[in-house]
Amino acid sequence: MKDVNVLMVGVGGQGVILASDAVGEIGMNNGYDVKKSDSLGMAQRGGSVISHVRWGERVFSPMIKKGEVDFLLGFEQLETARWSPYLKSGGVAIVSDVVIVPVSVIGSAVAYPGWEEVKGILTQHASEAYLIPANRIVLEVGNPRALNMVMLGALSVFLELKEDVWIESIRSKLPSQFVESSLKAFSMGADEARAMRQAMMARSA
Amino acid sequence: MIQLLSGNEAIALGAYHAGVRVACAYPGTPSTEILEYLARFDDIYTEWSTNEKVALEVALGAAYGGVRAMASMKHVGLNVASDPFFAASTTGIDGGLVVVSCDDPGEHSSQGEQDNRHYAKFAKVPMLEPADSQEAYELMEWAFNISEEFDTSVLLRSTTRISHCKSVVHVDRERPVALRPPHFNRSPSKYVMVPTYARLRRQVMEERIVRLRAYVEDFPLNEMLLADRKLGVISSGVAYQYAREVFKDASHLKLVTTYPVPENLIRRFAREVERVIVIEELDPVLEEEVRLLGIPVSGKEFIPIIGELNPEIVENSVIQAGLLPASAKMSPVLSTSAPELPARPPLLCAGCPHIAAEFALRRLGFYNPCTLEDLPRERKIPAQLKKSGLIITGDIGCYTLGVYAPLYAMDTTACMGASIGQALGLEKAGVPNKVVAVIGDSTFVHSGITPLVDIVYNQGHTTVIILDNETTAMTGHQGHPGTGISVKGTKTQRVELEKLARGIGINDVNVVDAFDLAAIESTVSRCVESDEPSVIIVRGACPTLVRTTGTPLEVDSEKCDSCFACLRIGCPAISVLEDKAWIDAGQCVGSVCRICAQLCPQEAIAEGNQ
Repeated sequence: MKDVNVLMVGVGGQGVILASDAVGEIGMNNGYDVKKSDSLGMAQRGGSVISHVRWGERVFSPMIKKGEVDFLLGFEQLETARWSPYLKSGGVAIVSDVVIVPVSVIGSAVAYPGWEEVKGILTQHASEAYLIPANRIVLEVGNPRALNMVMLGALSVFLELKEDVWIESIRSKLPSQFVESSLKAFSMGADEARAMRQAMMARSA
Repeated sequence: MIQLLSGNEAIALGAYHAGVRVACAYPGTPSTEILEYLARFDDIYTEWSTNEKVALEVALGAAYGGVRAMASMKHVGLNVASDPFFAASTTGIDGGLVVVSCDDPGEHSSQGEQDNRHYAKFAKVPMLEPADSQEAYELMEWAFNISEEFDTSVLLRSTTRISHCKSVVHVDRERPVALRPPHFNRSPSKYVMVPTYARLRRQVMEERIVRLRAYVEDFPLNEMLLADRKLGVISSGVAYQYAREVFKDASHLKLVTTYPVPENLIRRFAREVERVIVIEELDPVLEEEVRLLGIPVSGKEFIPIIGELNPEIVENSVIQAGLLPASAKMSPVLSTSAPELPARPPLLCAGCPHIAAEFALRRLGFYNPCTLEDLPRERKIPAQLKKSGLIITGDIGCYTLGVYAPLYAMDTTACMGASIGQALGLEKAGVPNKVVAVIGDSTFVHSGITPLVDIVYNQGHTTVIILDNETTAMTGHQGHPGTGISVKGTKTQRVELEKLARGIGINDVNVVDAFDLAAIESTVSRCVESDEPSVIIVRGACPTLVRTTGTPLEVDSEKCDSCFACLRIGCPAISVLEDKAWIDAGQCVGSVCRICAQLCPQEAIAEGNQ
């Protein structure tokens, strides 16, 4: 049983916690010991949200050590760049193309970084960094709150569990009227990540 | 059955399965979810109490009545409840009484950092500390049993990373069908603490601790793990998890009973290993206990005393102390320079009913440390701006964020309810400024009423501004007496703040719409000049609770002359696009707010066409 460390980061209101709850429960239901720790800071909305999820034979610390994240799942580009030092060398960064500009950028000398810059920061640590077109997918499924499902779909490609396991967990966590659009967002996120990963492997082969 | 539960959920479920009948709390991070979870069960009485002192007194009364009861609170909440906490230790109980304290090392969401383990020794109360959700679940039953067996209250101490971390729990118990029936055994020498009786209870308290010392020696959840004998690590709580993560081969002693400590068990452990260290968060509480036993021990000489620990802090500290080789690091962190990235500071939300009041206070003459360069092109300075005109004593809640840019509208924040007493103190000291106290509705009911009575009685003329967003917002929208909504979500008797203020003798009581900037400014201007005490209730619903939004506002870029007056309220929906103000329609709450529209000198902001 391989240990898995997933760090999920984003901004309050993006659904990071619900998604990390799902990743935690999926690990537990597949026989792993699981620990999960959220940091929300002070803001109800608009602040940084960080969620550590660990699967293993036996997990001690609820927080992942810097340099030991296997998968950095970024719901927002700037926040993903901020947490890049937690990636292990050879880890994977999966990033949504959502941008939420913080107020501190207004009138400041420090600009919001573009994707190329973010990718550069991430690949100092990660061997792979994928930008998932989440903005387009949530528009297509018609559910602006389905971003977390897109990201779960993308993560699922890397975690080698049966797709049913994910779908069952999503069904149990959401009100029935959101299930259909969420599952669609999940599978579109998975398709995008799978295609990007295959293209990446083809290039390196 | 296995469940993935947070520490707080596990504490609640453990208490439920232990047969708790009465549970009380005042919301406070990281303890809030305990009572929220308990409130889902119909067969126990739960309440949001007015404050932590009241919560513990209600729980104590219930325990006198023969049933199992608990009060949960954040670390600083126990300061408020410390009076009944000591009293409960003195009188003892009948039904089990457990006090849950959730400490916040690192001050994620607190005004101070403190190690509440000291309270156990201070009040001579036994203490248990879970190291994960499984232990939190199991320990609640133990805590109630110890409470009843030793006729004492019990302190269960958690921290942020126990309370808010989820881990796997084997739920193997159910709530007992038959609970002890409520009854009150009249016993004045036990429950009426006149000095003659209190002196007798002092004897009982000391004898109790002696018996507890013997009891904890065999406590089954304390755990000795002997491996490599060169190093023995003693730890408790989440620090135990970090210790196991970092010292994979060493011997470990995990303590769950951290007051009193199992002295003989510690001695046995120390004899088995060559060197003893303690890894603990905050103060050297265990380290001092071990040292008192005459055992050479170290810990705080390399583990930080301030802030929250995490695996890399522990690892780096012990490598520096020479306890682990530097090569022990699993994955050396790349020594790349940290990229310079924009910060994401906490902010008041778009449509927040606190924004207009705090902006008005600053504009009316609050000291203005905001350099004009921090806005892109400031042209207009409000005419009323006077330096040092007002002193604003502040309090604890979302509105405390008004201390930051661009509102800069707070001079003090100490502890719950302090704004009002501080305002009177500044006034009586004779400072030349006008003094205004700013306090939220929930905080006012928690501990702002008694200082307001003090102002009336001692003839102050301070103005008290109650920012009434009709909820306890910062901890996640809990009800309080001013909302008339119970913890179970049902309607209950509402305490009307304006009637309360009038009832205690404030004659000048005003209720102002939180989104009417002109009305707020004129009311504050009049009240601070008056010679009698006044209360201004600035009322408007929290937009993250009452999600009614109107048509989003838009900036007419033809009319906008880029003065950026609208940016000075710090609304997260407003930013700059192509050198003009721009409003994010997804965030703007629209016509229910309109504060920016009231400010715009060009009248460039109005409801959009949609």
